[in-house]
Amino acid sequence: MDNRQKEIDNLKDYKYGFSTDIENTRAPKGLNEDVIKFISNIKKEPQWMLDFRLKAFERFKQLKEPDWQKPKYPKIDYQDLYYYSAPKSMDDKPKSLDELDPKLLETYKKLGIPLQEQARLNGIAVDAVFDSVSVATTFKEELTKQGIIFCSMSEAIQKHSDLVKKYLGTVIPTTDHFFATLNSAVFTDGSFVYIPEGVKCPMELSTYFRINASETGQFERTLIIADKGSYVSYLEGCTAPMRDENQLHAANVELIALDDAEIKYSTVQNWYPGDKDGKGGIYNFVTKRGLCKGKNSKISWTQVETGSAITWKYPSCILKGDNSVGEFYSIAITNNHQKADTGTKMIHLGKNTKSKIISKGISAGNSDMMYRGLVDISSKADNSRNFTQCDSLLMGNKCGAHTIPYIKNKNLKSNIEHEATTSKISDEQLYYCNQRGLNQEEAVSLIVNGFCKEVLQQLPMEFAVEAQKLVGISLEGSVG
Amino acid sequence: MENNIKLNFESYLNEKNFTSSQKEIKEINFDNFIKNGFPNRRIEDWKFSDLKKIITNNFENIDFSKKEAQLNIDENLIGDLEHNKITFINGAISNIDFSYENEDKIIVEQNLNLENELSKNTLLNLNTAFVSNYTKILVKKGYQFKKPLVLFNYLSHDLSNSGLNTRLDINLEDEASLNIINISNENLNNNFLNFRQKINIGKNSILKNYSLDINETSNIKYSFKDINLEKNSHLEYFILSKGSKFAKHDINCSLNDEYGSVVINGIIDLNDKKHHEIKTIINHNEENCKSYQLIKSVLNDGAKGVYQGKIYVNSKAQKTDGYQLSRALLLSNEVEFNAKPELEIYADDVKCSHGSTSGNIDENSIFYLMSRGLSYAQSKKLLTNGFLNEVIEKITNEDVKLLVKKLTGITE
Repeated sequence: MDNRQKEIDNLKDYKYGFSTDIENTRAPKGLNEDVIKFISNIKKEPQWMLDFRLKAFERFKQLKEPDWQKPKYPKIDYQDLYYYSAPKSMDDKPKSLDELDPKLLETYKKLGIPLQEQARLNGIAVDAVFDSVSVATTFKEELTKQGIIFCSMSEAIQKHSDLVKKYLGTVIPTTDHFFATLNSAVFTDGSFVYIPEGVKCPMELSTYFRINASETGQFERTLIIADKGSYVSYLEGCTAPMRDENQLHAANVELIALDDAEIKYSTVQNWYPGDKDGKGGIYNFVTKRGLCKGKNSKISWTQVETGSAITWKYPSCILKGDNSVGEFYSIAITNNHQKADTGTKMIHLGKNTKSKIISKGISAGNSDMMYRGLVDISSKADNSRNFTQCDSLLMGNKCGAHTIPYIKNKNLKSNIEHEATTSKISDEQLYYCNQRGLNQEEAVSLIVNGFCKEVLQQLPMEFAVEAQKLVGISLEGSVG
Repeated sequence: MENNIKLNFESYLNEKNFTSSQKEIKEINFDNFIKNGFPNRRIEDWKFSDLKKIITNNFENIDFSKKEAQLNIDENLIGDLEHNKITFINGAISNIDFSYENEDKIIVEQNLNLENELSKNTLLNLNTAFVSNYTKILVKKGYQFKKPLVLFNYLSHDLSNSGLNTRLDINLEDEASLNIINISNENLNNNFLNFRQKINIGKNSILKNYSLDINETSNIKYSFKDINLEKNSHLEYFILSKGSKFAKHDINCSLNDEYGSVVINGIIDLNDKKHHEIKTIINHNEENCKSYQLIKSVLNDGAKGVYQGKIYVNSKAQKTDGYQLSRALLLSNEVEFNAKPELEIYADDVKCSHGSTSGNIDENSIFYLMSRGLSYAQSKKLLTNGFLNEVIEKITNEDVKLLVKKLTGITE
């Protein structure tokens, strides 16, 4: 097969694999105080923000890279990365969408993201992050009317610094683990959401992340605050071009729900997973943590993880407020040489707190899939409840599926239930479908979609369709 | 403490006339133990039971020098059950009695040479360094034991703050069968017991092992069993974990050929701030093997129970059937139950599942019983006993089942 043909074939597999030729502004290569000052300076940040970064960097220097995880990866040289990369045309921020680099708009069009407000039908407010900076936020006016703040992190640091200062780092402190601390030191952009008291956000808020430049790491930071009695549903999608090097993505996401507030956070993660031989792809080492700070608050994580060479993340809920609820719905699919070590942590601190974990893992090819989770009920969390179900499906005997739950119960009035199964698609199920005229691949796709349905149902409609297709595509060629 | 252990070791080496190669093995193992010390919670396997902390809290010093003692044993620990026995006093064999069996078919080898190995488990290093009478029981091909073999463990009354390391291997040749009951009557003094066992079960053989830790002691116990199963062999393993202040049962089981099966059933029944752990690893290395585990815990008065179970399925081991269930009842404040049921699977045509629950007694059930005239305490007792009885009912040796019921006071 000649190279061109190969390229075309590859593109078929990962349709977001193109890269866009845009001039970039970059920070000097490497990680040191100057680079952090450079990032802070270019973003015109106040002094407290720079202090926050430097404090994190001080801590980072003392930390050792963790090595307990299952998916091993070659050592990352943190001095050999660019920590800031932005399309040049962003240096002077465009006032409106018309001034955006047409090439950027074209990129997002290829990705199917409705940046143009004409695409009103979609009714989703989007904040798009390209490499390190946020390029555009749509539907701003309509949201502002209700007092909702939805903007890029850089903008929030400037315009809403009191809110950012109050909440940033309260869920993921600067003294957290290796990658979270690295993020605190060098994060470049991300989304900021504030929903005022009693407001139900009228539309889905969405961010699209894209890594474009090579040799860059993407370190975005998202902060969502839902004030008393408010509600927000937030979607996140990610893609990256195909390169034969591994790229690091270490984001931090912090959610804070005050009294009676609800945050629903959905992710469809489709970073470039590497080619069939496991070359290239994104290292997706993300820290996501939600704090149910107030009474009766609720945080719900839904994730569909199909991309990345290595996924290593545990979206967590700290259930601090009484009667608060945490939910985690996940589908993780690994194929070829992908590896995933994912799951959740539910930490029950308040009384009458409830959590529910539904995790579905599918592994095919030479991949390795792991659910790792923690349920911790403290001695003060009376009448708490957890239900966990994690099911794995294996396709072929070169892949692995693992389940490692940590279950801790210190309260006699609380109950924990956990169940897990691992199996394959049974021949009877396939036979039943074949008999009714479906070919092997259609049959598998149908059964897998049924297997995942409990989680797919949790996704907002627009995403559910995309996710369902993704599930099909990710498993193509793994049967038969 | 470290210096004292070193002194113990030196005098122990001098006392005995070991060959130079044996001496070397012991030294290497000892050095490794000294280098790493007792396992702490930074080591994944000891995450929920920090032995280092437990040792420092309970001992100022552990004396590993040998304590020979004679004991007049007149107690009857197991009632009228007919049995063969091996008696250990302070960790040393004092009596072997196979009166119900054909003694030609059983070989007991004592003072064996240790193999040259260096485990990552520092307690095994410690065991290798200090074990003095390494004994092996071999059951010859085709021989079926008529009566159970009881291993009695006694400690003399004056023994305190001592560390004992024992090793007893069991080897079943093909088509053999053996039932073992492990029972101890120990004094109330602080001692640290480190028991190691390697078991091989040959083709078509059956081993039933019943570990009964029932008498109240303030001893700290660790027992490590390494069990290998051949084709079409079967292991039944029952643990009653109740009496010791701290106990950890570490069971490492490998199904090395087709159609092997393992059943592990356990009861952790604790009160009075005791801390017990059952940790199992079942390695499914070949096709068509089965494993089943059921662990039930009842925790009272600040007790802590831990279950760590792992089912590993090799990519060759298609048609594996693995099951694990852990259930715990938390009955008072300040108790804690931690579980880590783990599946590590590399083959696709398998059926593996686990379940784990922990919580309180269902108040509706209590209400049901109380409305029929039972007191709260009686209802609770009845429900707890019923909860544990399910595990006891799984014992296939009827005599042992009766014994366990008698010892625990749990009857239908």
